[in-house]
Amino acid sequence: MKISTALGAATLAVTMLGPVGAAQAEIKIGASLSETGPAGYLGVPEGQTIRMMVKEINDAGGINGEKIKLFIYDDGGDPNKARTFATRLVEDDGVVAIVGGTTTGATMSIMPVAAEAKVPFISLAGAIEIIKPVQAWTFKTPHTDRMACEKIFVDMKKRGFTKIAMISGSDGFGASMRKQCLDVKGNYGIDVIADEIYGPQDADMTPQLTKIKNAPNVQAVLNAGFGQGPAVVTRNYAQLAIKMPFYQSHGVASGEFIKLAGKEASEGIRLPGTALLVADLLSDSDKQKPVVLAYKKSYEPAYNTPVSTFGGYAYDAMQILVDSIKRAGSTKPAAIRDAIEKTSGLVGTTGIVTMSPTDHLGLDLSAFKMLEIRNGNWTIVE
Amino acid sequence: MPELMQFLLSGITVGAVYALIALGFTIIYNASDVVNFAQGEFVMLGGMITVFTYAAGLPLPLAAIVAIVLTAGVGVLLNKLAIEPARGAPVVSLIIITIGASIFIRGVAQVVFDKQLHRFPAFSGDAPIAVLGATILPQSLWVIAGAMAVFVGLYLFFTRTLLGRAVLATANNRMAAQLVGINTKYVMTLSFALSAAIGALGGVLVTPITLVSYDVGIGLALKGFAAAMLGGMGNPKGALVGGILLGIIEALTAGYISSQYKDAAAFVVIIAVLFAMPNGLFAKGSTDRV
Repeated sequence: MKISTALGAATLAVTMLGPVGAAQAEIKIGASLSETGPAGYLGVPEGQTIRMMVKEINDAGGINGEKIKLFIYDDGGDPNKARTFATRLVEDDGVVAIVGGTTTGATMSIMPVAAEAKVPFISLAGAIEIIKPVQAWTFKTPHTDRMACEKIFVDMKKRGFTKIAMISGSDGFGASMRKQCLDVKGNYGIDVIADEIYGPQDADMTPQLTKIKNAPNVQAVLNAGFGQGPAVVTRNYAQLAIKMPFYQSHGVASGEFIKLAGKEASEGIRLPGTALLVADLLSDSDKQKPVVLAYKKSYEPAYNTPVSTFGGYAYDAMQILVDSIKRAGSTKPAAIRDAIEKTSGLVGTTGIVTMSPTDHLGLDLSAFKMLEIRNGNWTIVE
Repeated sequence: MPELMQFLLSGITVGAVYALIALGFTIIYNASDVVNFAQGEFVMLGGMITVFTYAAGLPLPLAAIVAIVLTAGVGVLLNKLAIEPARGAPVVSLIIITIGASIFIRGVAQVVFDKQLHRFPAFSGDAPIAVLGATILPQSLWVIAGAMAVFVGLYLFFTRTLLGRAVLATANNRMAAQLVGINTKYVMTLSFALSAAIGALGGVLVTPITLVSYDVGIGLALKGFAAAMLGGMGNPKGALVGGILLGIIEALTAGYISSQYKDAAAFVVIIAVLFAMPNGLFAKGSTDRV
């Protein structure tokens, strides 16, 4: 009797909830990433990370008992495609949140779509323009160029350097970071005495470095660049036997850089990097240590490649999203948005995230660790 | 003075890279009037294949030879699969085909290899050599020597060998060349193989300096093309001088004026030269007989 009642009730419930239940049992999350094209090496680890996390979350029973359904599109770094895919995500797929926009260009074209559809959007791109001025529906996880500049300037000041030379790539990354550094230098009492530029694929930067070497009173040199440029600059720096302390940007914070620039040439270089890069060197009291080790432990065996900062951005974005959906106890986009904005003390791979209505990034300078290359290895100098 | 010396050495280093790539353009151009925009991809393949065969355990010289031979094979395939079937198409169409081929090769390279930057050790170490207060890396001397060797080889090939003259004859008038018994099909295949091999040799020599990844081809080809235009397309001497000149202009501009205008200055000079001498510095005047 009991059993049949229960069965009857269950049947009734299923019949009644049928179509509605099927729709509600899934949390639809969308992503538009640049898995191919020039930003492919950023988009690939991002896509892998997101797929891996969705699988893990679903295997563990989902969020608040509801499974995630993931829609990923590859925009190839093309802002037009990103816009099309974002529209498809909100209109056809009916997602409750969007992650992605690997490049700043793609992000910029997803932002208005997300805002119009009132769907929260967490970007994985670098530029400060994404969160400044703050837009209600857009958040981001990567730290900005400006923070990298500030981190470097703080360290320079600590070591007593106030007159520096800059050598920057003319590509997007180098140009943007140069602009941000020149913008904040005043706050730290730094004077940029020489300001040189090189093409991202140039084979030799000794003319620029010779000028820096001969500029009067330069105490330290900062190279804002990405890709092969910084490796060539570093080799030329050693070739000219320049002895001044040398800073690189977070753009080259990977083990590859030391290999490309050479162990001897890169000795003593300092740069701001994330906890993820030096996971094993973090002290046990570091809050980020368990998080970055957990990410490494699930990502590296799954894809047989070392973790990258970029995959870390996607990891953090998903963590923030999942945490917010849990706290919101709802899968309504507006509720999720409000919860994201209230994210507090969430430990990610990039840093500890505390958002507010005026801060949609939520990181401070402690998100960067100042690293130094010694004997071909990274060490933390703080 | 050491400052000027450093600028000049830098200019020569960079210029030799441009020259080596510019030289690769000459053969195909001479055989068919086609500017092969996949030339940069041959350079990339030379570097990438060497990186991966070297990483697989082959000694560096052997890895370099494997890379050059394989890339020459790619050149032959490019001719057989893309250029030959379009025989008779106007030169502009053929040039567009080479652009398509370059995109294709780049796409395949990022799947077959990877998207990372790579490097293998310089042939004679990384200890800089001091020259009059300035320094140059030993690898730069290798690049300069390579460019010189290719130049001399091409010069002798085009002026002293029957085959080289057959190439020139084919370019001049394919029908006439066929009538005097030149196997123009073979000449075309040969010219693609040689161009690809020269490109790959360039890739092998410059990789320790410039590093290599699947997408370095476009940038290198553009500068090499500019150098070849400056010197006179199809002329080995023009490629050599054009390349070195371009490198030195860039280095001096970066050194004495501003590194911001380095590329702009180089292109202004090219435009000025082409304005005065539309066929480049060393082009023979057109000798079509009416």
